[in-house]
Amino acid sequence: MSVASTFGGAALATEKPDLGAGLRRAWEAVRAPVAAFAGTVLVFGLFMAIIGRNPLAIYGQMFRGSFGTWFSFQNTLLRAAPFMLTALATALPGRLGLVVLGGEGAMVLGGLVAAVAGLAAKNHGHSPLTVATWMLVAGSLTGGVWIALAGVLRAYRGVNETIATLLLNYIAIALLNHFVEGPLKDPASLNKPSTAPIGDENMIGNFPGLDVHWGLAWGLGACLLGWFLMNRTLFGFSARMIGGNVRAALLNGLPVARLIVIVTFLAGICAGLAGSIEVAAIHGTANASLITGYGYTGVLVAFIARQNPLAVIPVSIIIGGISASGGLLQRGFDLPDATVNVLQGILFISILLSETLNARTGAKRKKAVPAASAPTGNTAVPT
Amino acid sequence: MITFPSASASRRSFLFGAIALVLPAAFASSTAHAADPLTVGFIYVGPKTDFGYNQAHAQAAATLAKMPGIKVREEEMVPETAAVQKTMESMINLDGAKLLFPTSFGYFDPHILKMAVKYPNVTFLHCGGLYTEGKHPKNVGSYFGYIDEAQYVSGIVAGLTTKSNKLGFIAAKPIPQVLRNINSYTLGARSVNPKATVTVIFTGDWSMPVKEAEAANSLIDQGIDALTYHVDSPKVIAELAERRGVMVTGYHASQAALAPKGYLTGAEWNWSKVYADYLGWIQAGKPYPHLLRGGLKEGFVKMSPYGKAVSPATIKKADAAKAKFMAGTMVIYKGPLKDNTGKEVIPAGVEHKQTDIALESMDYLVEGVVGKK
Repeated sequence: MSVASTFGGAALATEKPDLGAGLRRAWEAVRAPVAAFAGTVLVFGLFMAIIGRNPLAIYGQMFRGSFGTWFSFQNTLLRAAPFMLTALATALPGRLGLVVLGGEGAMVLGGLVAAVAGLAAKNHGHSPLTVATWMLVAGSLTGGVWIALAGVLRAYRGVNETIATLLLNYIAIALLNHFVEGPLKDPASLNKPSTAPIGDENMIGNFPGLDVHWGLAWGLGACLLGWFLMNRTLFGFSARMIGGNVRAALLNGLPVARLIVIVTFLAGICAGLAGSIEVAAIHGTANASLITGYGYTGVLVAFIARQNPLAVIPVSIIIGGISASGGLLQRGFDLPDATVNVLQGILFISILLSETLNARTGAKRKKAVPAASAPTGNTAVPT
Repeated sequence: MITFPSASASRRSFLFGAIALVLPAAFASSTAHAADPLTVGFIYVGPKTDFGYNQAHAQAAATLAKMPGIKVREEEMVPETAAVQKTMESMINLDGAKLLFPTSFGYFDPHILKMAVKYPNVTFLHCGGLYTEGKHPKNVGSYFGYIDEAQYVSGIVAGLTTKSNKLGFIAAKPIPQVLRNINSYTLGARSVNPKATVTVIFTGDWSMPVKEAEAANSLIDQGIDALTYHVDSPKVIAELAERRGVMVTGYHASQAALAPKGYLTGAEWNWSKVYADYLGWIQAGKPYPHLLRGGLKEGFVKMSPYGKAVSPATIKKADAAKAKFMAGTMVIYKGPLKDNTGKEVIPAGVEHKQTDIALESMDYLVEGVVGKK
């Protein structure tokens, strides 16, 4: 309230309360993650101090390894790019109250199909641009169908989407291994079974002036689009309504089942795109190296970003920066690789904790208002 | 210890203040070395202490670190993605590394090849033997060892020590390198004990501790009393074999510490020798071989010391085979040789010496192996 009055001189009288409320809302949205981040820095610093390392020196090296030099910053962006896409695979359905863990599987299969599509297009003598287009389209659609499978099971059969997507990851990896080591194996790839290479000329290049491939642009674009879709369209409003209260959504005549399938499809498209870019920009072939764990990191990013597609961008960059600096910590301080996992784990737990605390203080403040929301359980959606 | 301009750090920019404190210290330490030691970077795909593939390399790195004028920088758990390219670049740009040992097989194409073009003044030495003259950059080398020679000797020891005549092999993927180890082990065992069979289980990937344990239990339940393996980290299998009282022969590094009773011997890499050779050539400014391979004779691989359960008669036979390898007279793959479906894979009168390129694309399991690839 006091914030509003300080802006009063400049703003029109009618906008005065809106501006203040907007600022307060923005602060409330970032307050919890900021507190969690600060808490993480403290706890991890304490942890480092206990094992006899200087926390300030460690944070200094981490900064140097993630943002401190131009090379480091590009390293961070390169690592962040796939996280943005795989995080959307969890964040978009998250808005409907679904917990989807299938980014890894959709990414792996998307990469496999992209490699196959790229080869087919190449063998038809298409131009590099067409080859790349085919790869990205085929790969993302595959990812979309893969997670939409879980969406369909959820919407029409009441199968828990968390378990379904988790298990689909194992199936996807088994399929990748089967095809790469069997029917699709390039005979020249003796000790590292892979599909035939798509050729250097068909690879997606780097951003002009950056040592980061175009996947970053796709990641940023997808996050912006995802935010627009979820926060600025009727579709997004309907989706969030389902997330808020599925019964109310049904009572209002929203096509809940269809929305679940569409959003899981979109989620899969993002992860499938990440896999296609892995193949088109980095590997040039599909093989076991596609099993990167980016899908699981995406889950972490999505939860830290509180399922907000826009917040996925900075969180991906922070997580990308942490992994970019992990090497320097190992080399400079003789710390084990698990150090960065510990840091990420502390961050994740702090975020969850801050969410809970935030919800509590929020509930306390709104005590006077009668509770409106009903619990959104994992019940099957009647259709 | 660290002096800093007190006026610059305001309370509100605490974090940046903290960074400002640390950065000068970090830079100072990196410029302090006037004598310019050669910085060598080692990159591992798994943990350095995996009792396996990565530990074998890390042991050699530790040996190099003791040599004068060498500074070793290591990074573990680096996946075969863009991450390893960035690790290489980071070692070059931030640590000043001039020589890199990215040790995982999958680092070569495209990652090492890409970085080698970008940094022509840095030498990249890769484990896997994938270098092709004329096709790959000149600042790249690739080395590998004929470790199946050591597996052959392990096979002899296991074949003579087994009571059930049933041996077991837990392998990652049915790729030529792995098949060759299984076949050499089997041929070694059957050269001294024709009744011996080797049952093989493929787990599907390089590091699958749970599946490896299941495979080990399943093999032991079938009456197998000696196990060996070709996975990245055989820790779980060795420990489990010891607990269930069966014998084990090692791979990659020594697992004797994990199975003090049942460890017979093992096929170990001897990268210390290979790396010291490379460093010798590079420090002397001499050209180094881009494709370097060797077996027991060349010192690329070695046997673990024999365990307590190995009888003197067995040691004598194993040492005899080893002596033939050392003399260069042993040929493992010679006709007539059948695969385990009865098909002849090497006709009578044909010999494939260790360096024979035909062995590099092996796609069969020899007679005596129970299992399908």
